[in-house]
Amino acid sequence: MNAVAESARPIVVLAGWAVRESLRRRVFVIVALLTAGFLALYAVGCHAAFSHLGNQRQIGPVDAHEFAGATMLGLGMFAILFLGSVLAAFLTLSAVRGDAENGLLQPLVVRPVGRAQVLAARWLAAATVCTAYVTVVYAGSLFILRVTGDWGPDRLVGPGLRVAVAVSALAALCVLGSVALTATANGIATFMVLGSGLFAGLLGQIAHAIGNHGLERAAHVVSWVLPFEALYQDGLALTTADQGGITHFLVELGPLGGGSPAGHWLLPYAVLYIVAVGVIAVLATARRDL
Amino acid sequence: MALQRGELVGLLGPNGAGKSTLVKTVCGLVRPSGGMVTVFGSRAGTAGSRRHLGYLAETFRYPAWCTADELLTLHQRLARSEAGPTERSALLERVGLRDAARLRVEEMSKGMQQRLGLAQALVGKPRLLLLDEPTSALDPVGRRLVRDVLAEVRSAGATVLLNSHLLSEVELVCDRVVIIRAGEVVAEGVPHDLARPRGVHVETDRGTRVVPDVGRDDVPALVARLVADGEQVYAVTPLTSTLEDVYLDAVAGDTS
Repeated sequence: MNAVAESARPIVVLAGWAVRESLRRRVFVIVALLTAGFLALYAVGCHAAFSHLGNQRQIGPVDAHEFAGATMLGLGMFAILFLGSVLAAFLTLSAVRGDAENGLLQPLVVRPVGRAQVLAARWLAAATVCTAYVTVVYAGSLFILRVTGDWGPDRLVGPGLRVAVAVSALAALCVLGSVALTATANGIATFMVLGSGLFAGLLGQIAHAIGNHGLERAAHVVSWVLPFEALYQDGLALTTADQGGITHFLVELGPLGGGSPAGHWLLPYAVLYIVAVGVIAVLATARRDL
Repeated sequence: MALQRGELVGLLGPNGAGKSTLVKTVCGLVRPSGGMVTVFGSRAGTAGSRRHLGYLAETFRYPAWCTADELLTLHQRLARSEAGPTERSALLERVGLRDAARLRVEEMSKGMQQRLGLAQALVGKPRLLLLDEPTSALDPVGRRLVRDVLAEVRSAGATVLLNSHLLSEVELVCDRVVIIRAGEVVAEGVPHDLARPRGVHVETDRGTRVVPDVGRDDVPALVARLVADGEQVYAVTPLTSTLEDVYLDAVAGDTS
C-alpha cells in the first residue's frame, strides 16, 4: 500500500502543478468568460424555443415540448462535448514532445518521477479540470431548461457523466498523440479525430434513417473505436430514455447526431479504453529519447 | 569511464562528440545504444539512480508564470526533500538570487534563470550533480559564483560532472578532465598532469627564441651553455602546454 501511495504522490503533485499553471495563465478566466457567453446565448435560445411553443405541448403525434427540450439539451451536450474537448486538447497537446522540445519536461523526469507518472499527472489534471467544467456547464444547461421551459431529461446524471468520460477519453488520446507529434500537429490531429467521430455518428444516424445497415454498422464500429462518440450518443439516448413513439424517433435523429443506447458495457469499456491508451502512451514515451 | 565520489570532473570535446548525450544517458533521458551506465550501483534511468541526481540541462526552460520559490518547492516535493523554506532560501542565496524568490521566471534575465537552474539542480543535496554548460549565459561574476558553488558541492562530498566548452573554467575548477571525441575517451587526467613541456623561452643579448624539447630541469645546463657561448642571459622561462593545447591535440582539430 505504501508503494502505491509513493507512486501516486508525484502524480498528485504534478497534476496540482498543471492545474495551478492553468489558473495562473488565466486559462480558466477566458474559458469562464466564453462559457458564460455560451450559456447566455443558450438561455436566449431555450427561452425563444419554449416561448414559441407556448402552451402547445402537442403537434400532431409529436410531443412538441419534449421534442424542444430534448433537442435543446442535445444541442447543449454537443456544445459541452466540443468545449470540453477544446479544453482537454489545449491542456494536454504538448504533454511530451512539445514540453521536451521546450526543455520543460527534462528537469521533471530526472527527478525520482517516472515518465508514466508524468503522463498520468498530465491526464489526471486535464480530466479533473474537464470533468469539473462539464459538470458545471451541464448543470447550467439543465437549470436553463428548467427555468425557461420547465423541462428536464429522463436521466439527470447519466448524460453529463458520459460527456465527462468522453472528454477524458479524448484527453487520453491527446496525451498519446503528444508522444510523437508536435503541439500544433497534435492539436490538429486531436480535433480531426474528434471530428471524425462526430461525423461517423451523423453518418450512422443517416444510415439508420434510410435503412443502410452496412453504413450503420460501420458507424457503430467507429463510435466504439472512438468511444467519445458512443458515450455522447448513449448520453443523448438517456435524456429521453422513457420516451417512445414518433417523438422518440425524431429526437433520436437529432440535429447534431442522435441518441443511440450503447448498453451497460460502455462505461467500463471507456475506462478500459482510457487505461489502454495510457499504457500505449507510457510504452511509447519509455522508448523515446528526451 | 568512472567518476569517483567527491570528484569534480570536466567533460570536454568538440561539438557532436557526445558530451550532452553522455550526460543525458546518465540521467536516463537517453537510452544507451551500447554499453551500460550505472549510478551508485543502479542502472541509469531507474528511479533508484535518479534519486541521487541533480541535473541542469544545456537547453532548459521553466514555466514563465512560476516564481523561483514555487519552482524550488515543486522540485523539493518531487525530490522528496523535507528541508522546506530553509533549503529554498539557502539555495537562492547561494546562487545570488536572494531577492528573487518572488520573481517570476518570465521576469528574470537569462543569467538569472541559469542560476535558478543551478539552485534547482541542488535541491535535495544530490550525490551526483550533472551540469551541461551551466555558465553559457553567465557573465564573469556569475561564472565565478558557479565555480565557488561547485567547489562547495565537492567539499560536501558530492560528485560533479561538468560539461563545458570553457576550457579555462574547467582548468580552474576540475580535479580531472575527460576529453571525448565521437563518443570515445581520447584523453583524461588531472589538468596539470595533462600539460606537457613545450620548450624554454630564452631572452639574451642576441634576441629572444624558443628552445624546443627542453624542460624545466634542463634550464641550468642550458643557461651554462649559453653563457659559455658568450651570450648574456636576461630571462629563461619554461613553457608548458595549456589545456587548450592538450585539447586541440586530442581532438585533432575536430570541430564538427
